[in-house]
Amino acid sequence: MNLHEYQSKEIFRAAGIPVPPGEVASSVEDALQAAERLGYPAVVKAQVLIGGRGKAGGIKVVRSGEDLSREAGRILGMELRGLKVNRVLITPSADIAREYYAGIVLDRKNEAPLLMVSPAGGIDIEEVARSTPQKILRIPIDARGLPAYRARAAARFLDKDPAVQKRIVPILIRLVRAYHDQDASLAEINPLVVTKTGEVLALDAKIVIDDNALDRHPDLAAMRDLSAEDPGEIEARARGLSYVKLDGTIGCVVNGAGLAMATMDLIQFHGGKPANFLDIGGSSNPDKVEAAMHILTGDSRVRAVLFNIFGGITRCDDVARGLLLALDRLQVRIPIVIRLTGTNEREAREILGERGLMALSDMDEAVRAVIARAAEAA
Amino acid sequence: MSVLVGRGTKVVVQGITGRDGSFHTRGMLDYGTKVVAGVTPGKGGEEVHSVPVFDSVEEAVAKTGANCSVIYVPAALAQDAIYEAVDSGIPLVVCISEGIPVRDMVEVSAYVRGRGGRLVGPNCPGLISPGLCKVGIMPGTIAKPGKVGVVSRSGTLTYEVVWQLTRAGLGQSTCIGIGGDPIVGTRFADMLSLYEQDRGTEAIVLIGEIGGSDEEDAAVLIRRAITKPVVAFIAGQTAPPGKRMGHAGAIVSGGSGTAQEKMARFQEAGIPVAKTPSEIPGLIAAALRPKRKSKLKLVRGRAKRSAPAKASRRRGR
Repeated sequence: MNLHEYQSKEIFRAAGIPVPPGEVASSVEDALQAAERLGYPAVVKAQVLIGGRGKAGGIKVVRSGEDLSREAGRILGMELRGLKVNRVLITPSADIAREYYAGIVLDRKNEAPLLMVSPAGGIDIEEVARSTPQKILRIPIDARGLPAYRARAAARFLDKDPAVQKRIVPILIRLVRAYHDQDASLAEINPLVVTKTGEVLALDAKIVIDDNALDRHPDLAAMRDLSAEDPGEIEARARGLSYVKLDGTIGCVVNGAGLAMATMDLIQFHGGKPANFLDIGGSSNPDKVEAAMHILTGDSRVRAVLFNIFGGITRCDDVARGLLLALDRLQVRIPIVIRLTGTNEREAREILGERGLMALSDMDEAVRAVIARAAEAA
Repeated sequence: MSVLVGRGTKVVVQGITGRDGSFHTRGMLDYGTKVVAGVTPGKGGEEVHSVPVFDSVEEAVAKTGANCSVIYVPAALAQDAIYEAVDSGIPLVVCISEGIPVRDMVEVSAYVRGRGGRLVGPNCPGLISPGLCKVGIMPGTIAKPGKVGVVSRSGTLTYEVVWQLTRAGLGQSTCIGIGGDPIVGTRFADMLSLYEQDRGTEAIVLIGEIGGSDEEDAAVLIRRAITKPVVAFIAGQTAPPGKRMGHAGAIVSGGSGTAQEKMARFQEAGIPVAKTPSEIPGLIAAALRPKRKSKLKLVRGRAKRSAPAKASRRRGR
């Protein structure tokens, strides 16, 4: 789960990492009042879950109330890469002398967190890794966390001034601790700035929380911003489905994530475009199948739906029952192609056959059929 | 022949009294797996499908000689279950549970490796050596004994491929799902080395997906140390970046971990990459063919052509 900048900064602040003061506003009036309290020049920052907000016009420095009203009015409600801006963060403008990067991610290969620091701050770290990899210091993190001596080495790598180094050391140690304590899969300060007065501040913040750990962090789970998500994806999560919306025309209902991806790929291979990734999971609750159909029929671009079920734990007859339930309860006007094989396949065919529905048993054949049906329906 | 599990495998089921544990214990018993014990704390003395239940893995091992554990406990309890199995001296721990926090896996994986144990999974379907033993949740009916080793990060996609192999008359030595999480105990490289050493395995199917760099590492290993033919398939070519595709580990982040990149690494290593799952049996059959033909050709005195061709291919690797 991705957190907004203002939420990430709350976590950093609580962890003892210096962040600039700031207030969140969802209206121009609130933004204006916040800026009066914080003082000018101030920065208006769109709170949306995308990178590169500045380039997209979502971050502006303002010098007066008039300035702020205009910019906050423009940013609130604007769309940044398809996401509507509902909130802005108002924060005083900092006098920046130098900008650094500090971030921690999971290094899957070494099965451990990896702290990365770079004197090339303010830009995308992946870009730095490509163009000037020597500007990144990588420190693997083990069960000890970040020992102070390694934090000192990282601070020396970033800044020559011993007074500044002394301020950077605890920030890095606390960043590593916050990553661990909050079950983050990414915690990033970019930029970490040194001001003209020698202060060190986390000017921007980004935290991603491990979805599997949200159960033990109810406070973080409550931070989820539903307005930033596709309604279909919200419904899917509530109904225990794994769903990702894409921009094609062929809806897919599949059991298992790997098979669901392979089904999408096969649709593209045979010349179609998948409308989604959808995994109904291992258990074959008919309600889940109905929920899946509800989500797909709510997507106006979907012209035909493919069911691809390989029965193992999932029982084909349960899926068939769920599909009939969905057809009874929902108005389904688009063609459906069904592929079933495995556990209780014969029972499933009988159930579907009674309603005049036919199931194929070969995946390629089913994909070609659904593409043809979608073309007819277009 | 098989790897990791076979006739000598004696299974203890952790979480045997739960819905999943009990259901799949039945499935394993029906397949002929020697399920010798179950563990659920507080339920020692009970029986599930005539399998005795103990309060601890240590006790189960002492009383039954179990040498493999399969874990069906809820995600929040899985880390402890793995610790318990490893500390009880179980050499092979198969964790089916899905949804374990990454931090728990970072901690437990380091511990298991430090103790020299082997963990398969988590978030995996387990493994099957057709005709001998199945540990986990794979449907036994789709597999048949043979010479192809299958290793995959997926569940149902593995079944799809195994079933297609079986229909094409290509049986399997062992099929394993290593799990869809960012951190798994057994990786592609581990399985490739095991299949390479197994005399019953003649060809290997590797089913990867987006996210991480395990497939890339496997390609390097194959080039360096695997002499048996490998056929690869990668799922997720149409997956958008930054989105998790069901599996916690299936995500393209920062432009790395794409299907295209992984396919390219395999192709560079001279490994055929199937464009669709249904191409896999044909590629495996083709990979197995030259070896048999060269024996025939040897008899006909035509070994000169095929043998150097193969040697030069090896040098090229």
